[in-house]
Amino acid sequence: MPLIFKNIIRFCVFFGVQVFILDHIMIHQMVVPYLYFLFILWLPFSINRSVLMVVAFLTGLSLDYFHHSGGFHAAACVLIAYIRPFLINILIPREGADNNYFEPSTQSFGGIFQYMIYAGLLALIHNAWLFLLQAWQFGNPGHFFVKTLLSTALSLLLILTAELIFPRKQKFRTNTI
Amino acid sequence: MKNIFLFIRHYFNFLLFVSLQIFALYLIFSYNKYHEAVFGEYANQVTGKINSRYNKITYYFHLKETNDSLMAANEILYNKLKFDYLLTDSVFTEYIDSLSSDSTVKYRKFKFEGAKVVANSVQQPNNYIVINKGSADSVQKGMGLISSNNGVAGIITDVSDNYAVAMSLLHKDSKISGKLLKSGETGTVTWDGAEPNVVEMTGIPKGVKIAVGDTIISSGFSTTFPKGIIIGTVESFKKNPSSSFYLIRIKTRTNFYNLQYAYIINNKQASEINKLIERAKKQVQ
Repeated sequence: MPLIFKNIIRFCVFFGVQVFILDHIMIHQMVVPYLYFLFILWLPFSINRSVLMVVAFLTGLSLDYFHHSGGFHAAACVLIAYIRPFLINILIPREGADNNYFEPSTQSFGGIFQYMIYAGLLALIHNAWLFLLQAWQFGNPGHFFVKTLLSTALSLLLILTAELIFPRKQKFRTNTI
Repeated sequence: MKNIFLFIRHYFNFLLFVSLQIFALYLIFSYNKYHEAVFGEYANQVTGKINSRYNKITYYFHLKETNDSLMAANEILYNKLKFDYLLTDSVFTEYIDSLSSDSTVKYRKFKFEGAKVVANSVQQPNNYIVINKGSADSVQKGMGLISSNNGVAGIITDVSDNYAVAMSLLHKDSKISGKLLKSGETGTVTWDGAEPNVVEMTGIPKGVKIAVGDTIISSGFSTTFPKGIIIGTVESFKKNPSSSFYLIRIKTRTNFYNLQYAYIINNKQASEINKLIERAKKQVQ
């Protein structure tokens, strides 16, 4: 099934970029670049919710094994995977758009603005939960808000760049729902 | 009974979400500094292999810095050799040391072993160094790790067959006993998580004279590091108003940005000392 292969390749690419490039970039302690969760954002609409959560958990856990950090990213990824279907239901503009397109993109959301709300909210939730857990565990909660906001801004910039570099042209499938 | 099944079916996604979150939180809170992660050994092998493949590529980009640091380390060692010191004394005669080194083995305390760093981070709240030697090379938990220019780098916390993970000096749980080289006061060196290559030291009384640029060395009180391994130099210091100690910021000797080689310190007498401490603790109880 080509959809699975496509997503496995995507996973490898996002993971490689995160572990081998972004993790080595040191901007400031308040600004941490995260892009790997875009893999979860790009998973197809048709995916089962339980499968989505398990896939997200494994994605986060693999990053945790590279960072030797327990389960921080796994927790954050499961949270955004749980919230994703609700957000899609709210933000998808017209009835059945999630049946006409394969996966979340600027086209299927009917505009770059709606898509950026979708990506921005999930990036914010991911970073907030991640940094909240880290602040709880490591004990400097004062940095939490600034770190979340700045890192989310950087994540959004990275997501926009990824969308521009790899434009995903999506065919309008059918209108038979 | 039927209602329970219906309930589980209806709220299956939510229950799965909650259980996955709880599992992730369990992983976070059970992962302390001397605790292995779930599937830790296997995960270490896999991530170690991937990291060492990647390191083979990036290694070439750091060759210049690596060469320079090895050159500097060699220079320090050459300057410690005996023929550097010519004593103008009648006692001094040249001779070839015929003493077999074997006879001193039982007095040996520290043994250094070189290793290649395959992965290292600086920007996480807890940073780890992965090296390419493991239990097959008799690396054990609790051994010290120093960089090639004689600076403290970390402490081994997890070992698999061919790789070992060390808690970097840039780690929240890292507590190293440090000492002012000039006056000999000891204190504790920790990392506040803010800036890589800068650590903090507390426990030096306000009466002691300190200057910017003073060297901080390891105290040798722990079994991990011998006395005299350099932690760093004083970058700035201020008097802590709430206590009677200085708050000293130290620029680390080890440059964590381009760590390519490290030496594992094997303390041959560590187990003996630890056994004694264990026994002393039991007697107190």
